[in-house]
Amino acid sequence: MRSERILVKGNEAIAMGAMAAGCECYFAYPITPQSDIPEYLSTALVEAGGEFIQAESEIAASNMLLGAAACGKRAMTSSSSPGISLKQEAISYMAGSDLPAVIVNICRGGPGLGSIDPSQGDYYQATRGGGHGDYRTLVLAPSTCQEAYDATIEAFDLAFRYRNPIMILGDAILGQMKEPIHPWKTRGRPAGEAEEWSLSGAKGREPRLLKSLYLSEGALAGHHAHLVEKYRTMQDEARGEHVWTEDADLVVVAYGSIARIAKSTVRTLRAEGYRVGLFRPVTLYPFPSPDLAGLAARGKRFVTVEHNTGQMVDDVRLAIRRHADSELLTVYPGVLPNPEDFEHPIRRLMDTENQPEEARHV
Amino acid sequence: MYKEEQVFSAPEVMVDTPMHFCPGCHHGIIHRLVGECLTELGLVDSTICVGSVGCSVFIYNYLRVDAVESPHGRAAAVATGVKRARPDNFVFTYQGDGDLAAIGLSEIVYAANRGEKVSVVFVNNTVYGMTGGQMAPTTMVGQKTTTCAGGRCQERDGAPLKMAEMLASLEGTAFSARVAVDSIPHLKKAKKALRKACEVQIQGRGLGFIEFLSACPTNWHMTPLQANARISKELTSYFPLGTYKEPDHTQE
Repeated sequence: MRSERILVKGNEAIAMGAMAAGCECYFAYPITPQSDIPEYLSTALVEAGGEFIQAESEIAASNMLLGAAACGKRAMTSSSSPGISLKQEAISYMAGSDLPAVIVNICRGGPGLGSIDPSQGDYYQATRGGGHGDYRTLVLAPSTCQEAYDATIEAFDLAFRYRNPIMILGDAILGQMKEPIHPWKTRGRPAGEAEEWSLSGAKGREPRLLKSLYLSEGALAGHHAHLVEKYRTMQDEARGEHVWTEDADLVVVAYGSIARIAKSTVRTLRAEGYRVGLFRPVTLYPFPSPDLAGLAARGKRFVTVEHNTGQMVDDVRLAIRRHADSELLTVYPGVLPNPEDFEHPIRRLMDTENQPEEARHV
Repeated sequence: MYKEEQVFSAPEVMVDTPMHFCPGCHHGIIHRLVGECLTELGLVDSTICVGSVGCSVFIYNYLRVDAVESPHGRAAAVATGVKRARPDNFVFTYQGDGDLAAIGLSEIVYAANRGEKVSVVFVNNTVYGMTGGQMAPTTMVGQKTTTCAGGRCQERDGAPLKMAEMLASLEGTAFSARVAVDSIPHLKKAKKALRKACEVQIQGRGLGFIEFLSACPTNWHMTPLQANARISKELTSYFPLGTYKEPDHTQE
């Protein structure tokens, strides 16, 4: 039986998803355009008996997250670009200490203070670890409010499956957009999810130590071998959405809010008879390279559309490198594109032979 | 021939292993006091230790308790997360002066102001130890370090921070004291104060803070005895020993 539909913002959907996933602790610091998340949880989580702290800084919030994560709690923080930069130190420590946590980045324009406009400028930061050292965070990129709700629930499960920080990467369009969602009830937290490793006091067992420091000869190498194996098994989570890619000559690759806008463009061009499709990575790390490689092997051409100056295109090109290359169409942060903005450049790409040229931008 | 007879043993929570600290360093003594307090208060099984960075980072090698590492300066924030996640556990941080009073100043001030029910062991040896003896926020005016070779200059670097006094001024701090372990009488007082810093957490009163004036003979370029003498003659005149806040009255 489907639950009733409710009209919520993307940010609220994330907060509600966290509640549905059994989030027990949430720590954050206000920043636009994600502050609806702490606003919602300041009431809902407290009423449910959870812990909510508005921290003194993003740094403190992410370290509180580290502490709660070490205790095996389902815990989350959220922020937006400059705040995520401040959180990266603790995210690196959590990755190094095998700690599960959910981090939401409702990305805004950068670099620096940038703007509060939507942007996909944090793609590199999200998918390359972002903090110091060799590590990865699994990154989910929802494009609708329903997906934001679903992804948040999934993020908690993934965090504990891999004992790793998981990032939800959205933007101001997703965070501030209102649309109907079906909130659904989860089965609840699996029993004994973190009992084997979390800190609770050493009564009746050997003490446990959660750390990222490995000083003795070879110890850090051994730890990296373990992390690399973890990231290898994570590859099973890679996935993307195919829209008319089967018979497409040209595949538009885009994620998140921009994929949604590009989908409208693709629909318009399809109606005009253009054989164009869309591939939307749902996980940004691991990147769904096998899907793209498969399309490339079948002779498709590609254009990567991003709301930044060109970042994901690197991953697209890596994925398809044996068979093809990708054009790049970017929207600079600070501009909100319409589906029509993509029509002309994509039509032009399809009307002419694919001549490599300088990156285009809308 | 001497007949060996053990008259003094370590609390069980201490791991029986040689410590890595330099000769004359007070970390070992402070570790032991922490171990004794945890044992005497029956906290060993319920304790979660929040480590920091610097010379004290290996505390988990010497105490048989659950532990988590925190980034430089952030132990008070990590401890906040731990205590909120597990309010029934005993939670303490163990931090040096570079960690707590410089990069982690914001975290300790706000944890204290929120009245987090954790205990904070602050080891003040007026210098960055593990990184090689650089100037700390607690370095004395005139004290020479590798980053103030001519001695700390108050005009350029500011005055040494008095953490026990500063934190005592905050509503959420339940107990704040400064102690030293340079002599037997001081050591006995330090033990009592450390117990109180633990007890206010157990009683749910707020944050317990204890500052140890501690020797770093290596980076002070002194013998252990000279270092002890420096604490009693020089440091205590700027960093007075005493209790700055207790649950029943504000200052001694």
